[in-house]
Amino acid sequence: MGDVVLMQGNEACVEGALAAGMRLYAGYPITPSTEIAELSALRLPQEGGKFIQMEDEIASIACAIGASVAGVKSMTATSGPGFSLKQENLGYAVLAEIPLVVVDVQRMGPSTGMPTSPSQGDMMMARWGTHGDHPIIAICPSSVKETYDLTIRAFNLSEKYRTPVLLMMDELVGHLREGMELPDKEDITIVDRPTVKYPDPKRLPYHMKKGQLVPEMAPFGMGQRYNITGLIHDESGFPTNSIEEAEKMMNRLMHKISDNYEKIKDYVTENLEDADVVIFCYGGTARAAQTAMEMAREKGLKVGIFRPRTVWPFPEKELEELSRKVKRIVVAEHNYGQMLLEVQRVVKNNCIVGFVGKWNGGVITPQEILAKIEEA
Amino acid sequence: MNRQELRLAGSGGQGVILASVILAEAALISGRFTAQSQSYGPEARGGSCKAETLISDQPIGFTKVQNPTFLMALTQKSLDKYGPGVDENCLVLIDSALTAPEGMKAKTVVSLPILDTARNTVGRLQTANIVAVGCINELLGITDHESMSKAVLMHIPKGTDKLNMKALEEGTKLAKAWLEENKR
Repeated sequence: MGDVVLMQGNEACVEGALAAGMRLYAGYPITPSTEIAELSALRLPQEGGKFIQMEDEIASIACAIGASVAGVKSMTATSGPGFSLKQENLGYAVLAEIPLVVVDVQRMGPSTGMPTSPSQGDMMMARWGTHGDHPIIAICPSSVKETYDLTIRAFNLSEKYRTPVLLMMDELVGHLREGMELPDKEDITIVDRPTVKYPDPKRLPYHMKKGQLVPEMAPFGMGQRYNITGLIHDESGFPTNSIEEAEKMMNRLMHKISDNYEKIKDYVTENLEDADVVIFCYGGTARAAQTAMEMAREKGLKVGIFRPRTVWPFPEKELEELSRKVKRIVVAEHNYGQMLLEVQRVVKNNCIVGFVGKWNGGVITPQEILAKIEEA
Repeated sequence: MNRQELRLAGSGGQGVILASVILAEAALISGRFTAQSQSYGPEARGGSCKAETLISDQPIGFTKVQNPTFLMALTQKSLDKYGPGVDENCLVLIDSALTAPEGMKAKTVVSLPILDTARNTVGRLQTANIVAVGCINELLGITDHESMSKAVLMHIPKGTDKLNMKALEEGTKLAKAWLEENKR
């Protein structure tokens, strides 16, 4: 057990990243994510890492990708406007299979919107923002402590599956300060990407040996020469127009995530044993949901919570099962209805789906969720 | 005293957010749960600024203040904005240069020369937020003096220890004198 310290969500993201092994941060500061850049600038040199402020958000993610290719765990953080700009290179990292953590501390949009106001309006951009079919992992913390723990998890997943992982924070958690207990170093699990030990001119960079989850990575600079491209490529890493090779590559890309759904999924439930009504929430909204559930329980209403912490891939199997057991699911999120669409797709007519949304820069209150619950 | 909802308001640059962070730190040191947050405009200075600290014996769900048990305002603008929203049991602390807005329901309004004390007694207007922290801790009894000093020292710039300790002292004295006069 470590010390309990007062920490801000954005700070916890940096400390979690450092604990996970981040040694490069490249970014372009933007509210409400700025503290992540500020603290990275202070802390990385102390840990033997590098901080670079790039000329814009596009260059920032490009820099982080480059550093990761060189074998350094890397992160970039931004908010909505910058997240839009990063989408192209995000797709590059997905296809070239480059581990990377991208943080989006969401604020109200569209465009520059309301910079200091909370939102969860980038959830669908997280899923589909970069073009083309692709798998994605996106994580939403709802407390300072969870931000620390889940940032570590984001790095571990990105290393294990050689894929960018999105940490979809929001202003509510990013700018929240609360006490958290720093874990002891030895209690933290750290995953490193599979790496080749020596250069071999005959090695095919995207060849997988039997039993491997992803191809081993050769850090650029070790002497192993290979090609990296955003074009569909075969095992040699060079572009191909072969339909067979394209299908093989795309299937492998999709399946490395979908086949490991059970290991990647992560959700928290509360009071589901007897619940008639379940609040579906994630990220900062969960705090209002928690209080709403407690208020409802005091009134004798049987209310529970289903809260994905890994939002993409969506925990559809679990939610579908749940929807057969309850009367209603109330989706609460700070947008015009984004994960709501996913809930409706999964739940179908199994139960009623209600919605509490907010898209004016304000904060969803427990009373608003309670009112929806009581609307029988 | 199970749950306190503190709202501090003022103008950007007055150190209202830092005061709110220090109060959260003090609550944490004294073994309680706390959640601190703030809202402000895009501009760094001169805009209106609101900071909130929740303190509770129980883990905190919703992290925003809904019904403040305490409000401090350092500018007329922020008092006019947040004063009318409090209920009669809310303890209100204002700088003595301010006038309570009509219709403010709070039964207890403590008016203390926070800014004047910082400027003339401590000698630096910038210490007004720490003078305020001293007042608030004395009025609300968040923690003992030693823990509060520790919380302040954790968050102020190096080299300003003496100045800020004096500010905390003067703030404590102001509130102590008020409590004395209004024997409660």
